[in-house]
Amino acid sequence: MIYFDNSATTKPKKEVVDTFTKVATEYYGNPSSIHSIGLQAEKLLMQSRKQIATLLGVKDHEIIFTSGGTEGNNMVLKGVASQFQGRGKHIITSAIEHPSVSNACEQLKRDGFEITYLPVDKNGRIHVEDVKKAIRPDTILVSVMHINNEVGTIQPIEEIGKLLANYPRILFHVDHVQGAGKIPLAFHDIPIDFATLSSHKFHGLKGTGAIYIRDGVKLDPLLAGGNQERNIRSGTENVAGIVAMAKALRISMEKLDEKVANMQKIIAYLRNELALIDDVEIHTPIEYTAPHILNFSVLGYKAEVLVHAIANHEVYVSTTSACSSKRNEPCKTLLAMGVDEEHASSSIRISLSFDNTMQEAKEAVEAIKTSIEKLKLAMRR
Amino acid sequence: MIYDQILIRYGEISTKGKNRTFFVDKLRRNLKYVLNEYKNIKIRADRDRMYIQLNGEEWENIAGKLQKVFGIQSFSPVVKVSKDIEQVKEQALIIFQKLQASGKTFKVSTKRSDKEYPYDTNELNYLLGSHLLQNIDSLTVDVHHPDLELKVEVRKDAIYLTCEVIKGAGGMPVGSSGKAMLMLSGGIDSPVAGYLSMKRGLKLEAVHFYSPPFTSERSKQKVLDLGKKLAQVSGQFIIHIVPFTEIQQLIQEHVPENYTMTITRRMMLRITEEIRHRQEALAIVTGESLGQVASQTLESMFTINEVTNTPIIRPLVTMDKNDIIDVAREIDTLEISNRPYEDCCTVFTPAQPKTKPKRENAHKYEGYMDFEALIKKAVEGVETIIVNAGDSLEQSEFSDLF
Repeated sequence: MIYFDNSATTKPKKEVVDTFTKVATEYYGNPSSIHSIGLQAEKLLMQSRKQIATLLGVKDHEIIFTSGGTEGNNMVLKGVASQFQGRGKHIITSAIEHPSVSNACEQLKRDGFEITYLPVDKNGRIHVEDVKKAIRPDTILVSVMHINNEVGTIQPIEEIGKLLANYPRILFHVDHVQGAGKIPLAFHDIPIDFATLSSHKFHGLKGTGAIYIRDGVKLDPLLAGGNQERNIRSGTENVAGIVAMAKALRISMEKLDEKVANMQKIIAYLRNELALIDDVEIHTPIEYTAPHILNFSVLGYKAEVLVHAIANHEVYVSTTSACSSKRNEPCKTLLAMGVDEEHASSSIRISLSFDNTMQEAKEAVEAIKTSIEKLKLAMRR
Repeated sequence: MIYDQILIRYGEISTKGKNRTFFVDKLRRNLKYVLNEYKNIKIRADRDRMYIQLNGEEWENIAGKLQKVFGIQSFSPVVKVSKDIEQVKEQALIIFQKLQASGKTFKVSTKRSDKEYPYDTNELNYLLGSHLLQNIDSLTVDVHHPDLELKVEVRKDAIYLTCEVIKGAGGMPVGSSGKAMLMLSGGIDSPVAGYLSMKRGLKLEAVHFYSPPFTSERSKQKVLDLGKKLAQVSGQFIIHIVPFTEIQQLIQEHVPENYTMTITRRMMLRITEEIRHRQEALAIVTGESLGQVASQTLESMFTINEVTNTPIIRPLVTMDKNDIIDVAREIDTLEISNRPYEDCCTVFTPAQPKTKPKRENAHKYEGYMDFEALIKKAVEGVETIIVNAGDSLEQSEFSDLF
């Protein structure tokens, strides 16, 4: 079995699941309880926060635990909108964001917020001049993803951060879900005000995530309740999931350079081999690209059919992002890049984890080739 | 890797005449504790400087730790070269190349403590400066605001080259002024008092009063976490946890409400005095600031202080609360101190404590019970915890989980 859909989710590491099981069975206390069972859970929570903060190069209290990427993104967008609406009601984001950002923006639109969706170039990249042009006196937030989940383009986060440093009243949010544990961002240096992380994208478990909130920045909470997580995110903490996340992030970031270099080799191999196949067009640009994502189209073949055919060889890839693929829509990022609808509807995404090997890539290429051959007769128009 | 050693310049030690060896030795021991996770380094000390041989360790990581250690005026990552001028030139060039000096401005400043060296400071500045200018493209001299400043120290044993000087924490090496007991409640003030007295070279052992079930395990944890922060300064920190429940209950029973606070403080001081005696310390440090709360009025101090003639050091006595908070923030204890758990001071606070308690009244109320026996019992029940700078308290308990 070859699992090449790691941008949708990753396989949790065994040692991460072991941690989860042990914490869930042995340290089941509520961290807010005042007795020693609660204290132990609280200690675990504190140590997790410390470990994650250290790995990300930030202060402990700048980390707030959430249920994952969607909550994190919603929390920042709606929290900032609610907290700072007196300052202005304009938000800048991009045309290629994850639905948890773009749909949250659409909801805010109904509440009277104006949203500017920045265009991208043919490589799927935002231009910092466009950000500058979009800034208005009533702009309160810029939200840009770090690594695009569909195509893999890395956005110019440092440049945008540098630009926004001149606008102290505009906050900067980065959806770091695809980047966390792979391409670190220096939150403090850039500077970034908010960043979203999700544990199951780096071999942790679903239902846990975190946001980074820069020291001193306020945010209206989405959830009202028991005032956990410095009043920013109420709800009893998922201690087992959080400890597991701390471990998963540590493992992911060990020997990172080495692992990324290896991944880049595999992606380069896939890119070269796939490009040789007739009718294949690679969409993922060569420059400014994440090491783990490769998006391509096989013209004339419906992506869904091809994905199933490839899956018959026990090779698992995806159509567009898992969050939009069930709706069977053309890939939003590709459309924004100016790719025509036919290509955008036939796009396939390969996304690797650090555990994938060159051997797997070789087998996957064979499986893709065979699948195309097999379908050729049936599908050619 | 540009540098192979860190050169440390002593703070006030340099003025200490005959005791110099003692001070230097203290500093070296403290550094050994603070840096014990770096297994490859070697620390060498002489009268004027200390050297940490890096042997492959990253100097930036060590620098972060050094900045917290008292007794260091400043330090620099350096390259050690022999005194052959050609080698000095060559090494200076290597450093500048590694720092990508092309297009930048620079100056050379030489310090020559070896007065027998054939070149004087001006000659050296000139020789090295011109060598660099000749060999690096578009490098220019700017003696007022240089991008890079090559510092050259000519010492008896060798020449040391560096481009950076990092300010140390100043003060005197912890332990060089003797040992004292710190009364550590968990609030904002006492860790700051501890920090400031360590800066003057005191080695501290903390005394904390623990009253379960009136104070929770969390308040004890808070004190251990504070101890961990203070251990980053001294390498190691010892905390004596005193079981205090019984005494507090007795005081509540026997003493009129408005005097409970006064009597409690007197008891705490007596117990601390007893532990001080056992630990052979010579003073007691508290976080009291004049007039801050009822127990810290001059009258209260007069009445409470009566129970001991051991010197009581109050580093914060003249400081405003805001200034204390600033230091707490700086030394990273503020957040821990602000955790909202009851401690031994807050749990039994009377509604209207006496701000002007009298010694005679204190004597009278204390006469109703046998405190000597209780103090003995409390001191015998003390739990002593050693906190090391490097280790996290949870490590042993949870290490496999992370």
